[in-house]
Amino acid sequence: MIRTPFIVRFFSATSRRGWIGLGFFSLITLVLMPLLHLALPEGSTFHVSGYVITLIGKILCYAIVAVAMDLIWGYAGILSLGHGVFFALGGYAFGMYLMRQIGRDGSYKSDLPDFMVFLDWKELPWYWAGSDSMFWSIVLVLVVPALLAFIFGFFAFRSRIKGVYFSIITQAMTYAFMLLFFRNETGFGGNNGFTDFKRILGYGITTPEMRVTLFALSALTLMAVLVLGRYLVTSKFGRVLTAIRDAETRVMFIGYNPLWYKLFIWTLSAMLCAIAGVLYVPQVGIINPSEMSPANSIEIAIWVAVGGRGTLIGPVLGAFIVNLAKSYFTVAFPEYWLFFLGALFIGVTLWLPRGVVGLWRTMTEKRIAR
Amino acid sequence: MSTTSTALDALNPLKKKESAGDGAGSHILVPGKLDISHKVILYLDSITVSFDGFKALNNLSMEIDAGELRCIIGPNGAGKTTMMDVITGKTRPDEGRCFFGQTIDLTRMTEPEIAHAGIGRKFQKPTIFEAHTVFDNLELALKTDKSAWHSLFATVNDEVRDRVSDTLRTIRLDTEAGRPAGLLSHGQKQWLEIGMLLIQEPKLLLLDEPVAGMTDDETARTGELFKSLAGKHSLVVVEHDMAFIEQLGGKVTVLHEGSVLAEGDLATVQNDERVIEVYLGR
Repeated sequence: MIRTPFIVRFFSATSRRGWIGLGFFSLITLVLMPLLHLALPEGSTFHVSGYVITLIGKILCYAIVAVAMDLIWGYAGILSLGHGVFFALGGYAFGMYLMRQIGRDGSYKSDLPDFMVFLDWKELPWYWAGSDSMFWSIVLVLVVPALLAFIFGFFAFRSRIKGVYFSIITQAMTYAFMLLFFRNETGFGGNNGFTDFKRILGYGITTPEMRVTLFALSALTLMAVLVLGRYLVTSKFGRVLTAIRDAETRVMFIGYNPLWYKLFIWTLSAMLCAIAGVLYVPQVGIINPSEMSPANSIEIAIWVAVGGRGTLIGPVLGAFIVNLAKSYFTVAFPEYWLFFLGALFIGVTLWLPRGVVGLWRTMTEKRIAR
Repeated sequence: MSTTSTALDALNPLKKKESAGDGAGSHILVPGKLDISHKVILYLDSITVSFDGFKALNNLSMEIDAGELRCIIGPNGAGKTTMMDVITGKTRPDEGRCFFGQTIDLTRMTEPEIAHAGIGRKFQKPTIFEAHTVFDNLELALKTDKSAWHSLFATVNDEVRDRVSDTLRTIRLDTEAGRPAGLLSHGQKQWLEIGMLLIQEPKLLLLDEPVAGMTDDETARTGELFKSLAGKHSLVVVEHDMAFIEQLGGKVTVLHEGSVLAEGDLATVQNDERVIEVYLGR
């Protein structure tokens, strides 16, 4: 028997329907929206505004985070309430590069980032070394959050910390990092964080072309994450993960060590969040410690719960539904947004335990049954 | 293939000595390899386990021979499940030793390591992966490389399919292969869990109340299966169902308050004064 090459198995994990869906998605995000934004004049009815591009681009990044969250929560049963820390660390690592790209165009006309001049620092701290290189900042993005996740996960999973206890420590972790990044002495701009970015690779960050490029990159990354996710959850690795979720002792007694399974998916999930953070920061133009607030991380869990845990498309839908609602509510009824979010979470928990995707499946199953 | 392996054996001093030693009646200890040269597969030596001062196991000593089918009975709280927890690495004993064969110290190993060494365990409550199909349940249990790295790239090939189908026939679930395991009846779940043990190819099977919730017919069939396994495998069965124990016909050990009260064939044990006192109350 000839073994199917890995690359073929990797891509054939996504079904024909999945590829058609991705095809439509790329048509909209890679062709249609960029064209309508760039080619049409601003007055035209079909013009897609910069606001919309940035908003959807931002939500695409959130969707990547939601899928990453679902890989560990929906498939492995590990609820992290601190995933914001990995997202923010990715954002900060890339933000350092964006800060250096400002060059002498800051308010103080200095080689150093403005906040350092303000603090009267004379040179860059050692951990800013290499931050003017795009390549090095990408290395940092991939290594730092992964290392944190690996070390944290190794001790937590080895000590067999599970369920709500695990969720609470992840919450404490992101809170601790938030406090750390709030300090001016930490060297990441204190509570203002990084902002006023000017360039990426020398190209202006506020130009429509750059906006569309970042938008398309976010869409591409999301699609890549979905294809990767589909391979993982349909592989034997994915079957062991769901087995760990459902009956961990049985998994151990048939000879699997859950530690390495959990650690792999946990670290991968953190890396995907960090990549989403990289795409997010230049689009919104700011990164500050509030991204690490516990409430932000809880919101990620809500996206996944609303969309449907244990499916890959669910978290994407959830991220879009909640964030579109958020951008509407915070403009129309700013003081009621948190009430709405709370009500949404309670409603989904009570009536839609499998989220929007679950509702859709129940409806189609009923139709077939009839 | 066979010529290369013998050539390799000749180069391997350990293996050579081992084969030479066999004839002389002595043998070399191979770390991590099950050694049953003294006919005993499991030694429990003065094991004590206490939970907040309560001694769940109290100086428990027992030996199980290779190929034996042993039944363990005892009133609730006698320490039967705790004993299995100690053997499978779930609970560490406060005192005492627990060896698998002559060389493998179970008290120093984790649950997955013990499973790899060749001990399979069936829980009191059927513990299977309810969201997975019956086929997937067995496929996951199948004896193979179980590292995370291997699982990332593993495929379900014909050999895997054949081995799963064989086991499916043994446990009479071949028509249910594609169903989610959660939809099986209680008795079928028990059988599936037994199948998951078998496909791991363990040397020693620990079975905690394997026929609870089964119909009489299913119980009888389970008994037949266990009897056919004895000899090639060693079995330790914890049960309350006396008719089932009678059917199995092996040696019976009675546990009481964490230590062995009596041991022997069923009739001897049933006529033992102390056993009657424990079971019928004072």
